[in-house]
Amino acid sequence: MARKISLALKRGASCVGCDIAVVNLSQKLFDLLEIADIVFSPTLLDVKYDDLRKMPDKSITIGLYHGAVRNSDNEEFAKIMRDKCQVLIAYGACAHMGGIPGLANVSNREKIFQTVYKETFSTDNPKCVFPQTEWVDDRGHKLTLPEFYDEVYTLDDVVDVDYYVPACPPTHEMNMEILNLIKDWVEGKRDLPPKGTVIAREKTLCDECPRNPGKGKKITVEKLKYISEVEPDPEKCFLEQGILCLGPATRAGCGAPCIEANMPCRGCMGPTSFVMDQGGSMLSAIASILGISEDEIELSEEDIEKLVSQLKDPLGCFYRFSLPKSLLRKVVQDREV
Amino acid sequence: MGREIKIDPVTRLEGHAKIAIFLDDKGNVEDSYFQIVELRGFEEFCKGRPVEEMPRLVTRLCGVCPWAHHIASAKAADGVFGVEPPPTGKKLREIGYLAHFLESHLEHIYALGPAPDFIVGPDADPAKRNLFGVIEKVGLEVGKKVIEHRAYAVRIEDMLGGKSTHPVYAIPGGVSHPITEEERDEIRKMGQSLVDFCLFTLDVVDKYILKNDRFLELIMSPDVYYHETHYISLVDDKNKVNFYEGDFRVVDPKGREILKFAPEEYLDHIAEHVEPWTYLKFPYLKDKGWHGFVDGPESGVMRSAPLGRLNASEGFTTPKAQAEYEKFFEFMGGKPVHNTLTYHWARAIECLYSAERIVELCDEPDITDRHVRNVPTPETYKGEGIAGIEAPRGSLIHHYRGDENGLITELNLIVATAFNYAGMNMSIKKAAKALIKNGKVDQGILNMVEMAFRCYDPCFSCATHSLPGTMPIKIDIFDKDGNLVDTIQRG
Amino acid sequence: MSEENGKLNILVFTCNWCAYAGADLAGVSRLQMPTEFRQIRTMCSARVDPEFILYAFRNGADGVMVAGCHPGDCHYIGGNYRTRRRMALLKMLLQQFGLNPRRLRLEWVSAGEGQKFARVVSEFIEEIRKLGPSPYRKQGAKHGQENITCPEKRG
Repeated sequence: MARKISLALKRGASCVGCDIAVVNLSQKLFDLLEIADIVFSPTLLDVKYDDLRKMPDKSITIGLYHGAVRNSDNEEFAKIMRDKCQVLIAYGACAHMGGIPGLANVSNREKIFQTVYKETFSTDNPKCVFPQTEWVDDRGHKLTLPEFYDEVYTLDDVVDVDYYVPACPPTHEMNMEILNLIKDWVEGKRDLPPKGTVIAREKTLCDECPRNPGKGKKITVEKLKYISEVEPDPEKCFLEQGILCLGPATRAGCGAPCIEANMPCRGCMGPTSFVMDQGGSMLSAIASILGISEDEIELSEEDIEKLVSQLKDPLGCFYRFSLPKSLLRKVVQDREV
Repeated sequence: MGREIKIDPVTRLEGHAKIAIFLDDKGNVEDSYFQIVELRGFEEFCKGRPVEEMPRLVTRLCGVCPWAHHIASAKAADGVFGVEPPPTGKKLREIGYLAHFLESHLEHIYALGPAPDFIVGPDADPAKRNLFGVIEKVGLEVGKKVIEHRAYAVRIEDMLGGKSTHPVYAIPGGVSHPITEEERDEIRKMGQSLVDFCLFTLDVVDKYILKNDRFLELIMSPDVYYHETHYISLVDDKNKVNFYEGDFRVVDPKGREILKFAPEEYLDHIAEHVEPWTYLKFPYLKDKGWHGFVDGPESGVMRSAPLGRLNASEGFTTPKAQAEYEKFFEFMGGKPVHNTLTYHWARAIECLYSAERIVELCDEPDITDRHVRNVPTPETYKGEGIAGIEAPRGSLIHHYRGDENGLITELNLIVATAFNYAGMNMSIKKAAKALIKNGKVDQGILNMVEMAFRCYDPCFSCATHSLPGTMPIKIDIFDKDGNLVDTIQRG
Repeated sequence: MSEENGKLNILVFTCNWCAYAGADLAGVSRLQMPTEFRQIRTMCSARVDPEFILYAFRNGADGVMVAGCHPGDCHYIGGNYRTRRRMALLKMLLQQFGLNPRRLRLEWVSAGEGQKFARVVSEFIEEIRKLGPSPYRKQGAKHGQENITCPEKRG
């Protein structure tokens, strides 16, 4: 009987969906508990931060960190988890690539604070009070808040990461696969994969999509269509229908639940490892099939511009989950001239 | 020489909050702050995103209640595009949403809040104060039943939404796909089983909590878990609770209706206050103004979510839940009820309503209709949409403005937990003040302080089915110079 | 790419069959043109993956030009049809990222257009000089990550 390993769960800037993903193992949670003791998880247990700090380095076998690194707390605990855990896993899209909180990189701290604490319709803040990293009340009591960074980082921006588990959130099947991997490893039946592996398939979603029209079928999009304008056909490939789907730029392995529910993929599994930048990859794919016509020579550059401007919000669409991990990472300000 | 007590992080309610309690020279509580330490900035980075993508973006506000944001967002998007779902689409949205209510509420009742705290005991051995301890007390069968029924709710969410967490169901004008007759039968069967399970849950509440004198005293006492505030809920035209649509109704601490307004008019009545010591804002009643964290008819503080909904409405549209509603107020001696601990009981009644309503909706003859969506056209585009719904943890408002290309220009989100945030802050302070005297702090006392906010099931809770855990809390007591004076550890 | 004071980092992709030959012709004809750019030859302008361009900007490029065959003349028939769509969409994307879209330029240069090559490259360099260094020059990832490297193929 192999020894019981220890498991720690910590979140950064997360929606907690990844904790729910673990909980949704449901009956299988007992299988997990047979091989692992959960020694730290503020969401699930009452072990406090100081208890974690006091644990010896490398005393926890596996650490799961989910959520992006948005503030100083997130960073501090990423480092603590790295110290205390032998194996650190970036769990979920946010830790892997920044996830949806990563979209905040279209803005910066100042603008975010302005909007949230001053400008939103219902906010009443005539004295321009903003949350402070340190604040003392009128009786001398000092209160602190974590520092909100100017941009969002992924887990591997701040610490060395051993493995990545993509998706938002990781699916039940993916969790089972990981559970079995850990089980086999603990029992000496299997080695852990090479460090840095993304624990998912290396094919794109199109490979497992039930709507894949099959080899040899060429797809071209005459006109882009939006869900707000059409009724999606539940059988046909979305791209064939002209509806933007990030399948070609996204890993397979999630079971395509969104497609099954008649909605196109938005890329939460991230790109395969053959690609540097998920957005660039999708951009290339969609541009290549947009309105290729017989009279190509007749089309002027303005016509082409018009063709591609059918795409609303390329940044928010192609980099929905991966902006902090993209090549450009964040929005900047340039000269107009 | 005052002392500071830090609870960092608060646990079994997610780790992104902390409590700072300050004692005066005599060791009594001078002040306390419930700080939310997290901000992600959705109200900024959603600008420029297509309105139709919002229902998939905003679910990431919360992985515990993604459906609430999903539904509110779709409704706001309906407004922007100027469409209403067809009857079947609306009903299907409601079924998915009710299943979510069940998933969320049941998690809280059995694993996070009342079950461990009351069935095992508020100051019982911390190692037992979790679902395992509950199971020990009531039997393994209960544990299995809880997991099984929560799994039913998750299954309904999966069937409709594609994914139970971060669903892709509600879209502008309806939902993404209809249900088959087989699916409808399966949902109905699970719904019926859930009705029975919810009745069982209410029985558990009765047997283990209400019939226990000690707990009853805790519940009834006006000194610890009690605030006389306004209450808010979404109601239909008969003032019955409706999670999906209706008007907001506000009652004063005496239970009298003082406001009833459509969600579209929320800006006339609700504003948000900012404090420098927390990242979350405090919604309050504009009509009363912000006067701080105080009770009373002149304070702008209001409370929402289960107890708030029972107080601010005239009941439920389904028969069994309505009977329980009446029983509730009879037992408590009238309306409104200010006793915070009854949030847990109110939550159980809402579970029953949700399950009954799922069955009701499944029996509608058009529920398997194929027409589940009205597609917007350029002519219907309005450019602005405001949605108000009831989320498991409180009222929820999504407000979007879109430009001529269908991209968000500005948006406003008032989340459910925020509606209760002032109430939570006050509840902790009152409990701390009542329980911590002369510098005496122990683990039982601390847990009872935490019980004050567990009632609200703040939207950073997460279920745990098991996990034999200790419930350790470590308190460091520092003197003014930062020297460690004492340490209390439990578990 | 180095960040020597005042020096601009400008990258020009030229396709083997047309633009590269055109550039060659400009050189052989000893046409006057600034030399403040680097050139990368690809077999076709369609080989220029948008990711290359993003990578270039990430690593301090101030301007990127892609030069290929005129539509209709592509050695591979339809390569440049893809190129122009990708470049147009990439410009939209760069604009969203906050970059002045003029930092990316697409030109058609045939093998006999040595003059054109000299002219458009000179114009482009001048334009970039006016725009100044790219705001991405100073963006490093946190904690010492200056440049990212291409991921290796994982087995």
